[in-house]
Amino acid sequence: MATGNGSGWQVRHWTHRFFTITTITTGAGAFALQNFQYAAPTTVDDAIQALSEHGEQAKMLAGGTDIIVQLREGMCEADAVIDIKRIEELMQLEYSSRVGLQLGAGVPCWKIYQHAELSVAYPALVDATRIIGGWQIQSRASVGGNLCNASPAADTIPTLIAHNAVCHIAGPQGRRSLPVEQFCAAPGRNILQPGEILVALTFPPPLPKASSAYERFIPRNEMDIAAAGAASWVQLDDTGERIVKARIALGAVAPTPIFAQEASSWLVGQPVNDETFVEAGEIAKKVASPIDDMRGTREYRVHLVGVLTKRTLAKATHRAQAE
Amino acid sequence: MSSPQHTNTPAQKHSSTRTLQHTTALQRGNEERFVTEKIHVSTTINGEAVEFLCDARQSLLELLRDGLSLTGCKEGCNNGNCGACTVMMNHLPVNSCCVLAVEAEDAEIETVEGIAAQGQLHPVQQCFLQGAALQCGICTPGFIVTVKALLEQNPHPTEQEIRFALAGNLCRCTGYDKIIRSVQAAAEILQEAKS
Repeated sequence: MATGNGSGWQVRHWTHRFFTITTITTGAGAFALQNFQYAAPTTVDDAIQALSEHGEQAKMLAGGTDIIVQLREGMCEADAVIDIKRIEELMQLEYSSRVGLQLGAGVPCWKIYQHAELSVAYPALVDATRIIGGWQIQSRASVGGNLCNASPAADTIPTLIAHNAVCHIAGPQGRRSLPVEQFCAAPGRNILQPGEILVALTFPPPLPKASSAYERFIPRNEMDIAAAGAASWVQLDDTGERIVKARIALGAVAPTPIFAQEASSWLVGQPVNDETFVEAGEIAKKVASPIDDMRGTREYRVHLVGVLTKRTLAKATHRAQAE
Repeated sequence: MSSPQHTNTPAQKHSSTRTLQHTTALQRGNEERFVTEKIHVSTTINGEAVEFLCDARQSLLELLRDGLSLTGCKEGCNNGNCGACTVMMNHLPVNSCCVLAVEAEDAEIETVEGIAAQGQLHPVQQCFLQGAALQCGICTPGFIVTVKALLEQNPHPTEQEIRFALAGNLCRCTGYDKIIRSVQAAAEILQEAKS
């Protein structure tokens, strides 16, 4: 689905889809999921216990918009599906302007974009949650699930990086935290160790004269996987005319979503104008290493990085000035 | 594994309303192991308390159609793209192909069958008919469910808002314009009924 393994790592997906279409003629029920055990633990410890019992053969279920399709289409297998939606800690959304945002890993997209304060505090995150799939997907799909799937084209991940979010992980060895840009390891792979689960994401409190934006390019109007995406966060000085700090992150142009460090650092102290945004886009292009696929060529995607970086910087700046 | 709500034990309870021993897997023949471990689920469908037994692997769509004979929701793509299987779950539109039937425990489900009250078509359904907002009709139940939800949330949507809300419902026949006009007509009727 739209939150899925996107942008060029789709070949296997398409091959497989063809395969399932051919096999359905050989016997009814070829589309059916293989059976598995289902558990809906109510505590993090019980979830870890369940995960440890089944090892690699256990899959976590949050919104299910990716995992159910992957299981059905044979892209992955599971002996057990562990539904995390009855664990209170994973479903919590707590925000205060002083502490920031704590977002449980299972909180669905709609809860984020319908929250009045979040669209002011973390607009890039809200931009992304509004355009993941359609309404039906947003009712179920979670930001934590989007992150754990580790798709290079995941819409929310660049916004998490731009917002400097931190991942909180629980496992048999206890709890640990790490910056979100260190979470994805490869297309579809994250750094979670056996028995570990993502519990929550935390976002630092919003700063004065700061804002953010996310944009992606897709070949269709809606309901598609990004050919390229960019999230920009900026903080301006008191006059609103100069950049004090910036964080740019890119999606669908590398094996994982990436932090554009050089472009972000370069922006410090730069005046707010189109030339600055264009130059930042040029610098951001240097870290893009995309592939060719049906959504765009490598050259096209690199070009998009420049355009989307420029546009999101302009939008984030505009929002910061409007504060 | 400790899971107070759901475990793969055979169902102990007897349904007070409507219990269904799901046998689709059996009828399909080659997957006997599916028969052994049924999960008992209590839910509400179209305002009625419903209990059923299902396999963990079954989607809500499969259960509604094959198990409960609520065939209004359609299987289109079966992967969350087309919206033909849209139902309301806890007052939100979802693709029932991307929901496990066991997740319906304690939930409130509303399908297209629950929309016409006492044989009287809902204004959205009436307007789709009058506006010829369908040709083959496979996508229509999904559209009806989503449109009803949209108009409850936003009684005066702009064309842009209608198109955006319906992005997850695909129609391969009408080209959408008649659908959009029918939604606008339904919005007007619902507004008149209110005033």
